[in-house]
Amino acid sequence: MNDQTTSLDPRTAAATSSMTMIQALRSAMDIMLGRDDVVIYGQDVGYFGGVFRCTEGLQNKYGKSRVFDAPISECGIVGTAVGMGAYGLRPVVEIQFADYVYPAYDQIVSEMARLRYRSAGEFISPLTLRMPCGGGIYGGQTHSQSPEATFTQVCGLRTVMPSNPYDAKGLLIASIECDDPVIFLEPKRLYNGPFDGHHDRPVTPWAKHPQSSVPDGYYRVPLDKAAITRPGNEVTVLTYGTTVYVAQVAAEESGVDAEVIDLRSLWPLDLDTIVASVQKTGRCVVVHEATRTCGFGAELIALVQEHCFHHLEAPIERVTGWDTPYPHAQEWAYFPGPSRVGAALKKVMEV
Amino acid sequence: MSMNEYAPLRLHVPEPTGRPGCRTDFSYLHLSDAGQVRKPALDVEAADTADLCTGLIRVLDGQGQALGPWAEDIDPQLLRQGMRAMLKTRIFDSRMVTAQRQKKMSFYMQSLGEEAIGSAQALALNRSDMCFPTYRQQSILMARDVSLVEMICQLLSNERDPLKGRQLPIMYSVREAGFFTISGNLATQFVQAVGWAMASAIKGDTKIASAWIGDGATAESDFHNALTFAHVYRAPVILNVVNNQWAISTFQAIAGGEASTFAGRGVGCGIASLRVDGNDFLAVYAASRWAAERARRGLGPSLIEWVTYRAGPHSTSDDPSKYRPADDWSHFPLGDPIARLKQHLIAIGHWSDDEHAAVSAELEAEVLAAQKQAEQYGTLANGHIPSAASMFEDVYKDMPDHLRRQRQQLGV
Ligand SMILES: Cc1ncc(C[n+]2csc(CCOP(=O)(O)OP(=O)(O)O)c2C)c(N)n1
Ligand SMILES: [Mg+2]
Repeated sequence: MNDQTTSLDPRTAAATSSMTMIQALRSAMDIMLGRDDVVIYGQDVGYFGGVFRCTEGLQNKYGKSRVFDAPISECGIVGTAVGMGAYGLRPVVEIQFADYVYPAYDQIVSEMARLRYRSAGEFISPLTLRMPCGGGIYGGQTHSQSPEATFTQVCGLRTVMPSNPYDAKGLLIASIECDDPVIFLEPKRLYNGPFDGHHDRPVTPWAKHPQSSVPDGYYRVPLDKAAITRPGNEVTVLTYGTTVYVAQVAAEESGVDAEVIDLRSLWPLDLDTIVASVQKTGRCVVVHEATRTCGFGAELIALVQEHCFHHLEAPIERVTGWDTPYPHAQEWAYFPGPSRVGAALKKVMEV
Repeated sequence: MSMNEYAPLRLHVPEPTGRPGCRTDFSYLHLSDAGQVRKPALDVEAADTADLCTGLIRVLDGQGQALGPWAEDIDPQLLRQGMRAMLKTRIFDSRMVTAQRQKKMSFYMQSLGEEAIGSAQALALNRSDMCFPTYRQQSILMARDVSLVEMICQLLSNERDPLKGRQLPIMYSVREAGFFTISGNLATQFVQAVGWAMASAIKGDTKIASAWIGDGATAESDFHNALTFAHVYRAPVILNVVNNQWAISTFQAIAGGEASTFAGRGVGCGIASLRVDGNDFLAVYAASRWAAERARRGLGPSLIEWVTYRAGPHSTSDDPSKYRPADDWSHFPLGDPIARLKQHLIAIGHWSDDEHAAVSAELEAEVLAAQKQAEQYGTLANGHIPSAASMFEDVYKDMPDHLRRQRQQLGV
């Protein structure tokens, strides 16, 4: 993957549009359907265009054998995608909510992730599994989960989570082109605008955010590069998805000059950017919405202490969802919002 | 044989016969006339129910007359009870949809058009029989007279929510009324119901289980696992498939209903199966009694496909006019279950238009009063919700240290 760059195709890069994350994802799929080996399917993705409307209009444009509805069987969706991928197609399948991926877990872990390894490269799984994740929409325990750690733990999978329209499109194109299977997690609270955890404030639309300016044509965002979304000198915040915005606002509100790193690709990940930042700041806070114990933050903390131990001036803090199922009514007590992140930033500064 | 005698293969993707702007051709339903389909002996072999999976068991004809072998001698009192449960379900649903629009709750799912199925089956079962419902069987709770105030407190996620604010609205759990905790993950309950029924057999009890699933969710492996286990262990369970033609925007043919019926799946797995008019209260009651009797006599599981129509949106987040004709329900040939039972009750002299209006008004008032009372205990919107501390309870029987520490960290 190291040959990938963020370079834009000069012929199409000029034209940009303001897009929401949904529009950006749709634009990526639209462009990739221009290849004859991409197929898109999942529950309600065909005629209707998906419950979040990410595939709206694509069936009409590319036909029913390229974009179609699937039976309600996540196991069947992923299992058939593995077969199609082995044949030579590049299936991009949608799991309606990440909370519903578990019936497909055997096909993901035992099959999709290992096809290349066990056949010594005879068969591969060039699949992309898109799924909305995360809370903040009063979805209760079955429309809110962030299961990324159940994928980052599996050898052979790539796990990606964009936090803005620009990255969403570029990362999705790179994922579809990638010959490895990619778990593509879409923080649904970000579909229509950035969200910093201040749930009592008016919703900000993407149009007001610079990262909503998206090239109309083809471009890629590499699958192994993090982005520094807020440069800073005092603390490094490692995060991804919705909590990128929480971390940014927490830095402003707490007055701690935090450097916020949006990992974008969770695994394999951009260790160099992380190490360079922590070596500069000497402090680190890890933030994610998923449950804490054995969450992806645990791996991040292990890596930081392994690579930056002598630069650390304070114990690493983590701010996460609690180790409970995602509650419905108590959503905001569960969500790792700006005040909890701000407190962690101050705490690492006090050491 | 040379390759080129074959035309290129094409992927077949089923389509509904109607779409917005194109009226549905419902002939795909293959209806039978009322009274036309036979009633087999209780100990029928699965293979001998094959014809019952392609026909459609119906009792009520267009004039509200009860016809044929499935027309039982039902106490009119029970039919009136069923009418009440159906009306209450519909009135409750409509009020709660309004409350959701008023942002008093985050979400709601109505069962408009499907009220007969849960109501009649609940009345055919004992209260100690456990139902494993989906989110569209609130009529079971109505037939079992569960407290409306408690139901609404769950919907409002307020301080008296019996589920402590943890679950999405409508994901009830009412063990005392034989109503298993609803999962948001489709189909999981179907195989669990078989396990519950097996437990009853292991313990030597006489309780049975009633499993529920939608047409769409039959594609999940839990459905197929349920059929296998139910057959192998002759589990005392009724396997209900509610074929309301739609799974969100997806037509039932995508779930496999195009060249076969859902009832037919049962026969293939060695389970006696029926296909029944789900909007015909009398047919639902009779078929449920037949299946319950088989289960209780140790004759094993039965699968019943209930043919009905999801008249409303999938949920308050859905707009069905985007994927099917907006007036589809009015052309659905099996009509409205409430209107059909009303016609029958009037025909047999046990109901009248006036009584219908009076009972409806009385139920409206009952639902309204319950809603008022429930709202006194708060709503999600006004923040009177279960405490944040309670979020850490019931993850384990006793709270382990790590959760105690996390609760302290949250400061509650
Ligand atoms: C495992 C799983 N996959 C997907 C979903 C999302 N989902 C919720 S309801 C639904 C449609 C179900 O249709 P059907 O089984 O026909 O029941 P109906 O809603 O018609 O009563 C879908 C796809 C889910 N809840 N669980
Ligand atoms: Mg359905």
